[in-house]
Amino acid sequence: MKIKTFGRHGKEGFKNLGRNGWMTFASISAVTVTLLLVGVCLALLLNLNAFGDQLESDVEISAFIDLTAKQDQQDELKSRIENIPEVESVTYQSKEEGLDNLIENLGDDGEVFESLKDENPLSDAFLVKTNDPQDVTAVAEQIKQLENVQDVEFAEDTVNRLFKVLEIARNVGLALVVGLLFTAMFLISNTIKLTIVARSHEIEIMKLVGATNWFIRWPFLVEGILIGIFGSIIPIGILIYGYYYLIDLIANRFPTLFIDLLPVTPFVYQLSGLLIVLGVIIGVWGSLTSMRKFLKV
Amino acid sequence: MIEMKDVWKTYNNGIKAINGIDIKINKGEFVYIVGPSGAGKSTFMRMMYREEKATSGTIIINGKDVGKLKNKHVPKLRREIGVVFQDFKLLPRLTVYENVAFALEVIEESKANTRKRVMETLSLVNLKNKARFLPDELSGGEQQRVSIARAIVNNPHILLTDEPTGNLDPETAWGIMDLLDQINNRGTTVIMATHNKDIVNTFRKRVIAIDGGLVTRDEARGEYGYEN
Repeated sequence: MKIKTFGRHGKEGFKNLGRNGWMTFASISAVTVTLLLVGVCLALLLNLNAFGDQLESDVEISAFIDLTAKQDQQDELKSRIENIPEVESVTYQSKEEGLDNLIENLGDDGEVFESLKDENPLSDAFLVKTNDPQDVTAVAEQIKQLENVQDVEFAEDTVNRLFKVLEIARNVGLALVVGLLFTAMFLISNTIKLTIVARSHEIEIMKLVGATNWFIRWPFLVEGILIGIFGSIIPIGILIYGYYYLIDLIANRFPTLFIDLLPVTPFVYQLSGLLIVLGVIIGVWGSLTSMRKFLKV
Repeated sequence: MIEMKDVWKTYNNGIKAINGIDIKINKGEFVYIVGPSGAGKSTFMRMMYREEKATSGTIIINGKDVGKLKNKHVPKLRREIGVVFQDFKLLPRLTVYENVAFALEVIEESKANTRKRVMETLSLVNLKNKARFLPDELSGGEQQRVSIARAIVNNPHILLTDEPTGNLDPETAWGIMDLLDQINNRGTTVIMATHNKDIVNTFRKRVIAIDGGLVTRDEARGEYGYEN
């Protein structure tokens, strides 16, 4: 394409926006609302995802050691556990450390256990991590069979339930995002159809005198792309501001809240980029679908 | 050169518009297409610039098999064929100059070249002094001359005109005929579908009569042959 032609298409695309001012406004608003919802959904989804990943890597088995086990028996047990193929790491945790961790995790409520420090009810334990959190149950079963193991504990039900909730949330969110994108695309496509109808006379003549289909298409594509870009500006602004605000809020007001959000940079900027790209894609898509019927040669 | 071999056209709604036409039109000829309304004249013309595709048979224009042309090559075919309609089809918001230049702009001709070609063509159709007028400010005959200028500005080999004098009074129609004759004399093949008996019988040219989707008559210096 010649540079002059490129400029022409750009100019025509802008003119098209003005030709149907109110419809343009309506579809930019539709894209704005859509992308805002999509952006919020994506922010939630990606954080949920990160949370899930973190959770998965945190799943541990606590294998409590028999009080009667001597040092060499403990060493043997440790190497046996390490020999299970699915096991990633094994760490020793004395009963004192165990109690300290418990008190720390419980925060203020943990103080009641301070008094227990003299007669610690816990046992020494091995903390076992598996390569894949899915194997936790199987590995725990195997460890249970080993000698000198008093008991095995892992957050089976809680973890499984949490994973299920996360998965449902993910799927629902994804379906919502896809549905919203379709709606926006449909609206853009309708707006552009209006411009095309308004200019059908012109298009007819263009075809008659031998303009290529792409020459005819470009201004409408530009129109769709512009609607997408203009529609993504406000959602991006709101998301960046909102995310900063949220992170700030959690850090200052609820420092004890156990939520690790994805850090602002680069997350918000990646999300913004994604929203612009989505805006452009639904714009292009919308204009292409509206043109298909009109440009049959 | 235009050649049709056993061309048939049935529309999707079942209407049989063309039922086996064989015809040859040489470069530089002037041909009238006559026949009653609904006889298939317009379909005959539309198939030449691939606005319609023949159901069967071959149409060859300047050595190209129009039916086998890929969609992306259709624009190139259309640059070799100028088309003029009864209702002019001018863009009302563009000036005379812009309307004619539009045909060159959309095929990405350079600005300098466009200017030169448009002015040449406007002086051929005798509208140089009205270049800045809008179509509404012109008479019917003038508007038709603008649409002819737009059709020939990129020097097509063939000029198809569908009832070009249909909306014009007799005197203005003569003027248009003079212009088409001039264009024909410069080597452009001119094909004109018409209902104008006086014109056909006065400006004697080859006459092809189409009726019921068939060629019923083909005479070198023919007459209109219908009462209307």
